[in-house]
Amino acid sequence: MTVKVITVGEKVLVANDVRARENKSRLDKQRILTINIMSSPGAGKTSLILNTIKHLKNKTRIAVIEGDVASSVDAEKVNAVGIPVIQINTAGGCHLDANMVAPALDGLPLEKTDLLFIENVGNLICTNNYTLGEDKRVMIASLPEGDDKPYKYPAMFADSDVVLLNKIDLQPYLDFNVNSFRKVVTGLNPDVIIFPVSCKTGEGMADWLAWLERAVRDKKKR
Amino acid sequence: MHEASITESILSLALSKAQEAGAKKITRVNLVLGELSGVVGECLQMYFEVLAQNTIAASAVLSFETKPTTLKCRKCAKVFLPADHNWACPDCREANVEIISGRECHIESIEVD
Repeated sequence: MTVKVITVGEKVLVANDVRARENKSRLDKQRILTINIMSSPGAGKTSLILNTIKHLKNKTRIAVIEGDVASSVDAEKVNAVGIPVIQINTAGGCHLDANMVAPALDGLPLEKTDLLFIENVGNLICTNNYTLGEDKRVMIASLPEGDDKPYKYPAMFADSDVVLLNKIDLQPYLDFNVNSFRKVVTGLNPDVIIFPVSCKTGEGMADWLAWLERAVRDKKKR
Repeated sequence: MHEASITESILSLALSKAQEAGAKKITRVNLVLGELSGVVGECLQMYFEVLAQNTIAASAVLSFETKPTTLKCRKCAKVFLPADHNWACPDCREANVEIISGRECHIESIEVD
């Protein structure tokens, strides 16, 4: 019996990457700006989506894919404001992958969509390792989580195009040091754009919305 | 929890490479895992034993090479291993760093009969 070594040298998640490229090419054809929203549980992903819908729904055609371990609570909230939404339940899985997103796209009116939000499962450990077919990765960090999170989940921050620092209205009550947070995040990721926002009070939302609208327009031009 | 789906990906990639090579049995899968990959090696082995049953990889051993988190200072180009919670460059004290290693999660090779 001879042992033979076969060199592989491939990422374990290569199959996911292939599927994600298929999703991306489908979304590119329709020129839909696709945003993968990632954060820990409770940082404000659904609040951000709902708040953004409130401001943009009269000028931008939005659709949403909601990823959760269980329940359709978030999808019901989006549905209640009249936006097409598909719920993915991962049945215990801690992230969305490209394979789950593909059938969800079938259920959305893509030809009538300018902007697609994919709300990932609340988790900072591995969601960033699975590309879904998105154009941009938006991460939400929130003040109650503490300013040390970039040290604990550096890859999440390194992979994000935008970091929304949510619940900024709580700053007077918390020891969160916004400057040191900014410094560490931009140190890890010099190209990142950081928007301090409050989905509750609306503070800072105008900058995020302006960035988003510009990105939607740029995608249409491509 | 994600180790189960990672293990499925490892198994399917290993099986397809073995099939391409016309192998009858996979004896070892050599993996490279970075400290920041978020993947726990011991869990993979446990799931692998279950998932690989009734395949040519049923008795394969998973072997891991762990890559430490390695950073490179963007200011002075110093390459260093960070101490816990201290990602500043030991030379110029800047926290302006690029992760150059530690995120790996790939199959280096498989050993087959």
